[in-house]
Amino acid sequence: MTNDIAGIKDTDVIMIIGSDTSAAHPVIAARIKQAVREGTAQLIVIDPKKIVMADYAKIYAAQRPGSDVAVLNCLMHIIIKNDLYNKEFVEKRTEAFDKLKAEVMKDKYSPENVEKLSGIPAEKLIEIAEMFGKAETASIFYAMGITQHTTGTDNVKSVANIQMLCGNLGKSGGGVNPLRGQSNVQGACDMGGLPNVYPGYQKVTDEKAQEKFEKAWGKKLSNKVGLTVTEMIDEAYNGKVKALYVMGENPYLSDPDQNHVIEALNKTDFLIVQDMFITETAELADVVLPASAFAEKEGHFTNTERRVQRLNKVIDAPVGAKDDWEIIQLLAQEMGGKWNYKTVSDITAEINLLTPSYGGITWERVGRMGLQWPCPTETHPGTPYLHKGNFARGLGLFSGIEFKEPDELPDEEYPLILTTGRVLQHFHTGTMSRKTEGLNRLAGPMVMISVEDAEKMGIGNSEEIEILTRRGKIKAPAFVTKKISPGVIYIPFHYKESPANRLTNPAIDPVAKIPEYKVCAAKVQKIN
Amino acid sequence: MPIFINGREFELKPGETVLEVALRNDIYIPHLCFHPKTGKAGKCRACIVEVEGRRGLLTSCNLVAEEGMKVVTDSKQVKDAQKIIVDLILSSGHHDCLSCEQNGNCELQDAAYYLGIERPSFDLAPAEIETDNSSEFIFVDRSKCISCGRCVEGCTRTVVNEVLNFANRGFETRISFDNELPMGESTCVQCGECVQLCPVGAIIDSRMIGRGRTWELEKVETVCPYCGVGCKLEMHVDRQKNEIIRVTGVEDSPTNEGMLCVKGRYGFDFVSSQDRITTPLIKENGKFRAADWAEVIPYVGKKLKAIKKEFGSDAIAGLTSAKVTNEENFAFQKFMRSEIGTNNVDHCARL
Repeated sequence: MTNDIAGIKDTDVIMIIGSDTSAAHPVIAARIKQAVREGTAQLIVIDPKKIVMADYAKIYAAQRPGSDVAVLNCLMHIIIKNDLYNKEFVEKRTEAFDKLKAEVMKDKYSPENVEKLSGIPAEKLIEIAEMFGKAETASIFYAMGITQHTTGTDNVKSVANIQMLCGNLGKSGGGVNPLRGQSNVQGACDMGGLPNVYPGYQKVTDEKAQEKFEKAWGKKLSNKVGLTVTEMIDEAYNGKVKALYVMGENPYLSDPDQNHVIEALNKTDFLIVQDMFITETAELADVVLPASAFAEKEGHFTNTERRVQRLNKVIDAPVGAKDDWEIIQLLAQEMGGKWNYKTVSDITAEINLLTPSYGGITWERVGRMGLQWPCPTETHPGTPYLHKGNFARGLGLFSGIEFKEPDELPDEEYPLILTTGRVLQHFHTGTMSRKTEGLNRLAGPMVMISVEDAEKMGIGNSEEIEILTRRGKIKAPAFVTKKISPGVIYIPFHYKESPANRLTNPAIDPVAKIPEYKVCAAKVQKIN
Repeated sequence: MPIFINGREFELKPGETVLEVALRNDIYIPHLCFHPKTGKAGKCRACIVEVEGRRGLLTSCNLVAEEGMKVVTDSKQVKDAQKIIVDLILSSGHHDCLSCEQNGNCELQDAAYYLGIERPSFDLAPAEIETDNSSEFIFVDRSKCISCGRCVEGCTRTVVNEVLNFANRGFETRISFDNELPMGESTCVQCGECVQLCPVGAIIDSRMIGRGRTWELEKVETVCPYCGVGCKLEMHVDRQKNEIIRVTGVEDSPTNEGMLCVKGRYGFDFVSSQDRITTPLIKENGKFRAADWAEVIPYVGKKLKAIKKEFGSDAIAGLTSAKVTNEENFAFQKFMRSEIGTNNVDHCARL
């Protein structure tokens, strides 16, 4: 998030697009609902499902999955046409406004044309644009509904475009606010758990960065960008990746096109899994290393608003399990590395030294409330919101983004759009949440299908049906509801007995390499 | 000019109530319906005080403090009146401290103790004990409810789930889920905010029942392992059993202000699950066998070295984790980059 959670009270209009907030980020949803209830903010929700947040919205619109760029361009089209944009911000803080205008002012983004593309009525698009454009401060909250597309990067850039256009960056209550889906996904990215960057987003292709880390670690380092998770699976399938070391992840259920993933994992010569449990992925491993749980160790997580917070040891780990860092250190030493961390805080100190944005977030300073990066020095108070006065690159860069259709569209054989996501009661592949029986009793596998489609096919509520795509087939009980648009079905991906990712399309965004979980062609059929 | 409470001088902040000034300065005034998060309510009347120049006794929770105000909280007149009020509340329900889960963590018990009430003086409790165990994680005992309204306020204004409300009037007043449905059949999402706000034993975590007295449990703060909001948790731990008994949200956390969701409050069985792996495993002939660390580390090292030698560093790839700490992520990518020699490191940020 460019902004912080507390800033929700400073916003006038909140737009949620591509986030089932009360299911996936319930406490941020509560903050947003508070702002609506107190009357400090008005809410716009754009989502193919009529999510709970829609009940609190002034305007709710269901877009056809995958039409986000068209919708956002259309909103900008109206905002520019009606002169509702922030001219001072555009002039002083941004560049390439012409490029944006050249794209979004095209006739294809007129409300009437985007109604045809997105299914949102033209009047509603105008209503949204006016509410958003007229707001003193407006914020956008999104999650994987924006990013998990072959146009994920385009979608995010479009969100940035509209926020620059309306001058909603660099102030409290505004912002481009992706809601991060896992406790420490922000930290894993910040710490260089990515194939192209060292900690603090220092590029592996940058000679100076390479030199810095080579000097710090006393080893020659590669300047070749590595493989992303989807590419690793593909290269394992192709026989190029021989060994895969998986720590606390479960690609068997989390990656697209499950049959392909299983084959790829089976093809590796050596699969190491480090986890608390024998996950579905661990079943296929050659070696499993027992790791301790979050409650059994110390360290830090970085949350969605860039707040680094302390984990304290709550209970003792089971005898035999070790903290992940201890296992990594043992392996590093075995490989000949001269590692000698005595405590977790020794690693924290190295992070402070090598990661400029974490320079001042020392073990001693974090405190009970944490610190938000960037926090470069030990006297820096941390940064609640980014881009105040200046963007990292100086001026904010507009881009003209052309609308592109998803990789796989419905056709005669597969007439429905399948989209996936989470439910409130479970988390990711269920490794943690499904160990609590009460949560299992509250929410099991299901496929959401519209009343219209269900009636057409004679499908009753709770009836087990088959869902098929070009990748595979699963069974799940139908949840027949008015909350989803006709032509769209939705399946949560938590369940190994009804694995949504057996169905999903592995097509990826060319830049972010993120799979298109939110749109693929599917069909459903009754079980005889 | 300051305010005077029991003859002592205190500074006041704009808009503060007399009760807030007193509590901030560690002066106890019995109060049951006020909570910093749900604010002034003026319902229970246990917080009445004397103010010089004002007629009668006034509830301090909705009395805005004024400069020069002279307040008395502990005179005989005040305490006698407070005692009757608290006694009536105590008498109207089945507040059996011996068996109650909130024993030691009950604000009604604290008030009764402060006022020297040993037993309820009146026989007003309903003949029947009315409980609702229809909810998966939350247990309701209406015969302990004092109608303070904190749960209703919290559900309506804090988490804004708008499930809890009051039904009926006067002595018949009762909390209601949706339109008087059993809790488990209502639209309640079991975030547990009502549990956290309940001053007595009327709404409690069903899974803590019989698992430890509040004073026996050690409290440790940490961060929720589920989504990326980063809610701060307080875990209540049975040290002897090495078990997490209950979880509450940290009220002064800027991320969650005490709120949690159903996973963050109740989804921790995985930590003490019987399915945890407690020994390294090596697969032989398609089956896992137990190994120890002294065996497994050289075993893995040898394999990785052999693959690196034969196929090069880029034939090895690693997935770090969005569920482990910054320090562990740092160590993992350092391992892949400096010891394996590849940038083939990623995690499920995209998934």
